[in-house]
Amino acid sequence: MIEAVKEKTALNNEALRAEFSILSRKVNGQPLVYLDNAASSQKPDAVIEAIDRYYHNEHSNVHRGVHFLSQLATEKFEAARETMRAFVNAAETREVIFTKGTTDGINLVANCMARSVLRPGDEILISEMEHHSNIVPWQMAAEQSGAILVVVDTDASGQLVMEDFYAKLNKRTKMVSVVHISNSLGTVNPVKEIAKAAHKFGAKVLVDGAQGAPHGHIDVRDIDCDFYTLSAHKMYGPTGMGILYGKAAELEALPPYQGGGEMIKDVTFEKTTYNELPFKFEAGTPNIAGAIGMAAAADWMAGVGHDKIRTIEKNLLEYATEQLSEVEGIRFFGTAEEKTSVISFLVDGTHPYDMGAIIDKMGVAVRTGHHCTQPLMAKYGIPGTVRASFAVYNTYEDIDTLTAAVKRAAKMLK
Amino acid sequence: MAEKIADIEAEIESEFEMLGEWMDKYEHLIDLGKSLPLIDEAHKVDENLIKGCQSRVWLHADANNSTVKYTADSDAVITKGIIALMIRVLNNQPAEEIVKADLGFIDRIGLREHLSPTRSNGLVSMIKQMKYYALALQAKHS
Repeated sequence: MIEAVKEKTALNNEALRAEFSILSRKVNGQPLVYLDNAASSQKPDAVIEAIDRYYHNEHSNVHRGVHFLSQLATEKFEAARETMRAFVNAAETREVIFTKGTTDGINLVANCMARSVLRPGDEILISEMEHHSNIVPWQMAAEQSGAILVVVDTDASGQLVMEDFYAKLNKRTKMVSVVHISNSLGTVNPVKEIAKAAHKFGAKVLVDGAQGAPHGHIDVRDIDCDFYTLSAHKMYGPTGMGILYGKAAELEALPPYQGGGEMIKDVTFEKTTYNELPFKFEAGTPNIAGAIGMAAAADWMAGVGHDKIRTIEKNLLEYATEQLSEVEGIRFFGTAEEKTSVISFLVDGTHPYDMGAIIDKMGVAVRTGHHCTQPLMAKYGIPGTVRASFAVYNTYEDIDTLTAAVKRAAKMLK
Repeated sequence: MAEKIADIEAEIESEFEMLGEWMDKYEHLIDLGKSLPLIDEAHKVDENLIKGCQSRVWLHADANNSTVKYTADSDAVITKGIIALMIRVLNNQPAEEIVKADLGFIDRIGLREHLSPTRSNGLVSMIKQMKYYALALQAKHS
């Protein structure tokens, strides 16, 4: 029998949804419908408890003391590094640098490259769909070194124009820095192909994985990128934490970033020798609780299963696309063939700010504005979009509430 | 002589009190935002633009003796509705009263969240700029 209405595949995520206490709260007197996951996802109890346990029972400074707690904290901290190594499938734990997040990781690489590799006339290749955090650090590096920033085009569907990438790649290209998955559009970029092509010209490749990490199955060795950065808070972990993966040889070749304790071997007033990887890039007492929380998040994702995460997100994206398509005058931004669970849209005759403000009153949390991708919004000639982004704990009912709220707001605003 | 700032604020408050639910308040704001031609196109230029991450605001001020006349606009209609209220309160008021005004009515009618700097809709900067114009006029006359 042919069904007129497409059957919804059961998400089977009720139990894991229950692990997120915050999702049962109300906002503006309405049950919370949290669809701002690309900005930051919520945290399961396992992550909150890991951080809590650390501060209640395990805290001390790492890598310094001979006493019991210092040893314990160090073990936990280094175990977190191993967990993150496995999460991105790096070859060695020393290739995993703890950072404050994706932005911090990009700044580290851009700053160190500006002081070492980059020369006047060298080219840094980025794309039109980059987040400001993968534009501004390179502008600063360009200014400091005399290198030139070159930008690869994006097409109307929100995909990189690969012909343009190949046309702009040349022997002056020293760095290619691209986003794995666009935060505004959800486009998944062919980073493996990009890395392969860039390496032929001897360029280094950084992949901004802020939006890649939440969907799992990250394999830096398969991509063969030189650097990969991510943020814990977008993958169910704590804020202010992330990693920079770098191939050992590439990290060795860079000068240190910040100076301080931990990153040194010997200090005299005449000369300091620097510590080995990964500590060379970890000046000062690190965010130990953050590292432990991030590892708990990676473990939690592994427990759910990366395949299951992707299946749930795919079902949510399909259902949301289908439901929102029924809204009169809706326009979608980012319709790439390969995309993740992000829907950016505008309803004709309404401003994204107004739409966001009204549906917030109905308990629906979305992101509105330019999503820190002003050049991309300028290209489309729009002030911004409304962006709904789905995580593993979202439901079809969340999408029904979103659709109803958007319809109601559009009616009020038109 | 214009009505006193505090009196106009009180008027707006009682108007919004009658509206009750947030839906009705927002519908009223949207109507205000839609119906008023708030700025002369000639003044809707980049020099008068206050940029917010979410919505943009254009503000122009004319001095008339010791009072200020404002015109403004926004690309978002809710922002524009709130601007209409601000202008209703501050227009043609003496510069020194504008500088002193605390504009607490926005909070009291339940629209405080729109004045949060994190909303980044240009309103906070607009109020600063409105007061700045008044302050400049006050300095000129003293």
